[in-house]
Amino acid sequence: MRFFSTGLFRGLIAQIIGTFAGMALVMAVRVLMGLPISSADAATQQHITEVHVVGGVIIGAIAFLVGVGALNEWLGWARGKPINENIDPDPAKPNWMRYFDVDFDHKVIGIQYGVTSILLLGFGGIMALLFRVELAQSGITFLNSDIFETILGYSSEHLFNTLMSLHGIVMIGAILLGVGALSNYLVPMMIGANDMAFPRLNSFAFWINVPGAIILISSMFFGGFDTGWVGYPPLSVRAPLGMQMFLIGVYLIGLSSISGAINVIVTVFTMRAKGMTMFRMPIFVWAALATAIIQFTATQMIGLSFQLVMLERLFGMAFFDATRGGDPILYQHLFWFYSHPAVYVFILPGLGIISEILPVFSRKPLFGYKAVAMSSLGIALIGFFVWAHHMFASGMSPYLRVPFMYATLLVAVPTGVKFFSWVATLWEGKLEFPTPMLFALGSVVIFLLGGVTGPPLGTIATDLHLHDTYFVVGHFHDTMFGGYVFPFFAALYYWFPKLTGRMYSEKLGKLHFWLMWVGFMILSNGMLLVGLLGMRRRIADYDPALGFDTTQMIMTIAGFAIFFSVVIGLYNLINSARRGAEAKGNVWNSRSPEWHIASPPPLHNYPQPFEVVGEPYDYGLADSPYVNMSPAPAAGHAPAAAESKE
Amino acid sequence: MSAVAESYAVKLARNRLGLWLFLFSDAFVFIGLFVARMVLLGSGRPEVDQTLGIIVTVMLLVSSFFMNRAEVEMAHGNRPAFLRNIFITMVLGTIFLLGVVGVEWQVAHFGPGDGAVGAVFYAMTGFHAFHVLTGVIFLFIVWNNGRNGHYSAEKHWGVEACAIYWHFVDVVWMFYYVGLYLMGTPI
Repeated sequence: MRFFSTGLFRGLIAQIIGTFAGMALVMAVRVLMGLPISSADAATQQHITEVHVVGGVIIGAIAFLVGVGALNEWLGWARGKPINENIDPDPAKPNWMRYFDVDFDHKVIGIQYGVTSILLLGFGGIMALLFRVELAQSGITFLNSDIFETILGYSSEHLFNTLMSLHGIVMIGAILLGVGALSNYLVPMMIGANDMAFPRLNSFAFWINVPGAIILISSMFFGGFDTGWVGYPPLSVRAPLGMQMFLIGVYLIGLSSISGAINVIVTVFTMRAKGMTMFRMPIFVWAALATAIIQFTATQMIGLSFQLVMLERLFGMAFFDATRGGDPILYQHLFWFYSHPAVYVFILPGLGIISEILPVFSRKPLFGYKAVAMSSLGIALIGFFVWAHHMFASGMSPYLRVPFMYATLLVAVPTGVKFFSWVATLWEGKLEFPTPMLFALGSVVIFLLGGVTGPPLGTIATDLHLHDTYFVVGHFHDTMFGGYVFPFFAALYYWFPKLTGRMYSEKLGKLHFWLMWVGFMILSNGMLLVGLLGMRRRIADYDPALGFDTTQMIMTIAGFAIFFSVVIGLYNLINSARRGAEAKGNVWNSRSPEWHIASPPPLHNYPQPFEVVGEPYDYGLADSPYVNMSPAPAAGHAPAAAESKE
Repeated sequence: MSAVAESYAVKLARNRLGLWLFLFSDAFVFIGLFVARMVLLGSGRPEVDQTLGIIVTVMLLVSSFFMNRAEVEMAHGNRPAFLRNIFITMVLGTIFLLGVVGVEWQVAHFGPGDGAVGAVFYAMTGFHAFHVLTGVIFLFIVWNNGRNGHYSAEKHWGVEACAIYWHFVDVVWMFYYVGLYLMGTPI
């Protein structure tokens, strides 16, 4: 099996060995420092075990990176070796192996991100189905099964809490990786670059996600954790060992997010094609840029807040312990300073995808290009000043409430600009409805639902009533499905012919869309409904007298419909990648430069630099080309002009 | 690489932007810790050894001067002076580390588990010391590479990056020294 010679396999072996070696190392250090390495007292013993496991797991993650080879170049530089300028893959290596190895091509890395993201999406989805089955009727009926007790060592309520918490954070990981997939695959091609600015950093940023995701998911087997994805102390300080796995896993994924974002910003600022001014970039690039600006600054704060919780657990440092001078509200401020802007990280690329797809299938210019570009930056900027709206009910200083309420409602302005642009773009267009267009239109509707359920939560008076109800859950899922899941599938279908050179099945694609859209509408409206009626979020059981059983059952069935729709979609994509009809050319008649080269794109994308000569979205306007694929023949052997035309 | 060979100047501009973005990002960690310090301690501060504090601070400040000399000497192609200066920087950085972690942490009246004061003091000095440690390792690698004939007057991005990172760590300490040793009254 060639698989055993891939970087991924080496990395996994190294991670296992590294974890145990790291535990031994921590043990040795403790012996040298004269500290006990075991204790008869149960509480002390748990603490000592925790120190060993945390040390081992962190060293295991580093060992993975060494094993996979993501650090080779830097370790070589540290030993004084000259830097290898040729980063092209070995031509003798089979193509499939590149995806399991360190590879510096941004398209390979983009697909690595995408596949990992879809795997995590499926994992998080299965967790959601498990606890949705539990919620289908009142009483604990499903999670108290002996099977869970046998595998995990705990069951029922704690299992519900663990599943609910892991669903949240695994999905967030999946979305961050999906955002990485879109930025990595699309940004360099759209701006006419051969690769990202820092290919080695790019590869590192992907591979660190793998140990991160493994550690995150392993929290299930370390006793789970019951704090939800927010990890508020003091609960997170007392939670089982699984909490530490959660903190480390998220930290590693955050590190990937920061490195990837720096790469995107430098790429956009320094590698644009000739003539491509900032306001002539495809609109998705603006969205990716705004996303990266949030990611590379705010992510540090979640890293810091999680590290402080780790330190409090490991060394008894009293940051968040009110009895010893700490302040639990401080955690919430640090945490939400990232985690609110983070939701804009999740949605901005998706909104960029919608703005990218609607003009193509309306055959009309994107309405208000500059305003849409600025609205992405505007959302990113305002997003930094709204975090405390998550804390209206948390006991923070009351005078902070009103300014944060106003700032929160201000987000509606740039978001409204986007909606206005979408509607105006569709207005009197020559609409076509292939699958990507359906997904884009579906996400506009769902995101609108997420938008109008926002102000009741951002306004203090109504939020105090709705806080911690399923209304919040419904609102959040509306924004995530409208802002990420549907646009992500739209992007998958839209660029599928580019990725593979083959066409997906339109029939299955439409089935996927309608099943998912209807299923999601039922699910999220059910969430909003039971939330308004008083259903608490994050609880395993509810009083049958509330009368939610029928609605909850319908919601669970709708949840399964979404799951099967995704299965159909993935079957369609995998099957079509192998057996689909050939689709080599500009299948959507797009003006964007990536459609004017071969599908799948060759190594280094463009055989020669192109020149931007016009506006990106002049669909329907004659004599207004966007790119000139073969500008003035510098070398004298340029191929025939392949001008972009309507 | 590919059809377009990228010049050193193009890559240098890219590297510079990338490094500054990283430092901007890293600054958020230190800002967050400083905010935590203001929230938890307010107008109080840890009771610390002032003499030791001023000694390590002077060491770090002076090291930045030698780092600057090292970079300028390399830009002029003077390798022996470059090596001498970067070595002095490394020694001063190590003295700072030993002063904070080896002495200050041992003689302090409180441990990391002693209330908010201990938590804030050990976290702030610890996060900063970790950056100094990585900086010293960085300096060692650059020094070692320089000994082996790497870098020239025209191409010495490694030296430049190391210098910028070292100055950054130094500037952070300016704020942290004030926050931990000077402002407020001891509690």
